[in-house]
Amino acid sequence: MNADDHPDPNVDGPRYVLRLFVVGMTPRSRRAIENLRRICDGPLAGCVDLETVDIHQQPHLAELYQVVAAPTLLRLEPLPHRRLIGDLSDEARVLRGLGLAPVSGRVNDDR
Amino acid sequence: MTSEPSIPKSLAKAPTGISGFDDVTFGGLPVGRPSLICGSAGCGKTLFAATFLVNGAIQYGEPGVFMSFEERAEDLAANVASLGYDLDGLVADGKLAIDHVRVERSEIEETGEYDLEGLFIRLGYAVDTIGAKRVVLDTIETLFSGLTDASILRAELRRLFGWLKDRGLTTVITGERGDGALTRQGLEEYVSDCVILLDNRVEDQVTTRRLRVVKYRGSAHGTNEYPFLIDEDGISVLPVTSADLDYDVSNDVVATGIEGLDAMLGSGGFFRGSSVLISGVAGTGKTTVSSYIVDATCARGERVMSFVFEESGAQICRNASSVGLDLKHHVESGLLRFEAARPTLYGLETHLARMHRDIEQFRPSLVVIDPISALHGPATELQSTILRMVDMLKGRGITAVFTSLRTDGGFDERGDLGLSSLMDAWIKLLGVEANGERTRTLYVIKARGMSHSNQVREFQMSAAGVKLVEAYVGPAGVLTGTARVVQEAQEQAEFLRRGQESERRKRDVIRRRQAIELQIAELRASLEVAEEEEAILLSEDEIRETLLATERRAITQRRSAAE
Repeated sequence: MNADDHPDPNVDGPRYVLRLFVVGMTPRSRRAIENLRRICDGPLAGCVDLETVDIHQQPHLAELYQVVAAPTLLRLEPLPHRRLIGDLSDEARVLRGLGLAPVSGRVNDDR
Repeated sequence: MTSEPSIPKSLAKAPTGISGFDDVTFGGLPVGRPSLICGSAGCGKTLFAATFLVNGAIQYGEPGVFMSFEERAEDLAANVASLGYDLDGLVADGKLAIDHVRVERSEIEETGEYDLEGLFIRLGYAVDTIGAKRVVLDTIETLFSGLTDASILRAELRRLFGWLKDRGLTTVITGERGDGALTRQGLEEYVSDCVILLDNRVEDQVTTRRLRVVKYRGSAHGTNEYPFLIDEDGISVLPVTSADLDYDVSNDVVATGIEGLDAMLGSGGFFRGSSVLISGVAGTGKTTVSSYIVDATCARGERVMSFVFEESGAQICRNASSVGLDLKHHVESGLLRFEAARPTLYGLETHLARMHRDIEQFRPSLVVIDPISALHGPATELQSTILRMVDMLKGRGITAVFTSLRTDGGFDERGDLGLSSLMDAWIKLLGVEANGERTRTLYVIKARGMSHSNQVREFQMSAAGVKLVEAYVGPAGVLTGTARVVQEAQEQAEFLRRGQESERRKRDVIRRRQAIELQIAELRASLEVAEEEEAILLSEDEIRETLLATERRAITQRRSAAE
């Protein structure tokens, strides 16, 4: 799933490379995907590379990316790596985890 | 020995290959079930787990997965390399998989519901890749410090252990010891089949590693605390509680190499497999006597292992050369091995465990412990340690020579527990001080199963070797050393004097006899003279009588004529 649709708006901002690891299409996995899509279309619109990995299909990636919990969202760029676990339903924590929290006001407006 | 006969099928066991541990548990860890190895930091949990996997992969053809929650794979490989394990090689051969699970709290943001399916998938993938039969989770409790939601973790761990059981994986889970519980997070509640407790206790500034099987569902197991060792040869557990006295006895006699001593023992030496105590205060020649026995044994082509606590092996070799013994070439030929260690280096149990392992490896026919009195510890522990040591040696038919500084046969300076009663033979070396000099004397106090001399011998050491001299026993008591020599000289002089005296008396008698004989001769001469005179007198008388008779006849004739 790529959210690479809007390359223009935030050219100056940092580029986000995210990878979401889920296990199968469980309700929890779906919830995580939906929650993430909302953030990618909102605050991160246009500056994110997102890849969703089903580690059930590609188990070797679980070890490679140190996945323990599912779902896990990994911020590969910008450095340092950040790791968000859970179904991403707590948006404030997700934004903080991704390093987007300081952007004033917008977080609350979106909710 | 497995479970009770009423249970038809005994629990399958997966051998760990850890010497001693498989004996204590009668076969190893339960197959297809998780076992918990717990203990405080630095007690050897990780090494135990790694040994379980490595031995499984190499000796028993069971590949294993090592899931490390603490150490990185390369650190782990480096750490166990000191035990001689080549993890990288095993990984390359597909016999081992190492997965380092890193959970760093500072990097993690919890954003909602989650489970540990990622861990399951990683483990399942690793297991499937190499066809693993064994799994180690070291130390899974680390997850609790990385993730906040303990209730999720507990539920997931319970699920994990169930999953491991379903897949039939023999699993070792390590856990750090917590306050008042076996593990910090109470893992023992989940892993209820087999719990092993490792311990690293410090007593009198000496540490001893101990292992105890806390629980082993469905199986008999040794319940004691067993000492264990970790060194360059890996882990070894010492089951040291065999209290049987049913070892084979030998009638084979082994000579001591000291002629005089062999002569004192009725059979010409000690029985093979007996324990011999050589006691004596400092400088009475205990080590020298034991060196002789060592030399004699090596000369027969048998192996000797010497545990020395006060000197180095090289020093003993050098000292032995001063009495003409060449122990060095026995060391070089591989028949003699010294194991030198300060007695305070380890606890008693560790000493015993080390000896056990070394003896297992070297398989000597004679073991020397010099001196046993150097081992320190609480008296009861000391006694049980030495008892088990004697047991262990006897059970293997190894002749044992113990030296002791205690002359009364006790263990140490204080206790009054009898070491001597454990021994089959007891040689006592005593220094006798008299007339400003010390001499060494030797007694054979006891020698079970053989007659032996009850007499004291003077024990002489010189460059020519050791000599036992019969001490002087006279009316003035037992004399040794110079006193013996002086006494012998005195006796010699006395003997000479007595000889001269009797010569003189003999001459006297002869003289007197000659005088008497002379007198007899003289008397005989005068007797002869007297006899001659008598004869003359007799013949004169006869003549006179004849003349008288003739005259009388003539007168008669004349008178008748005249009538």
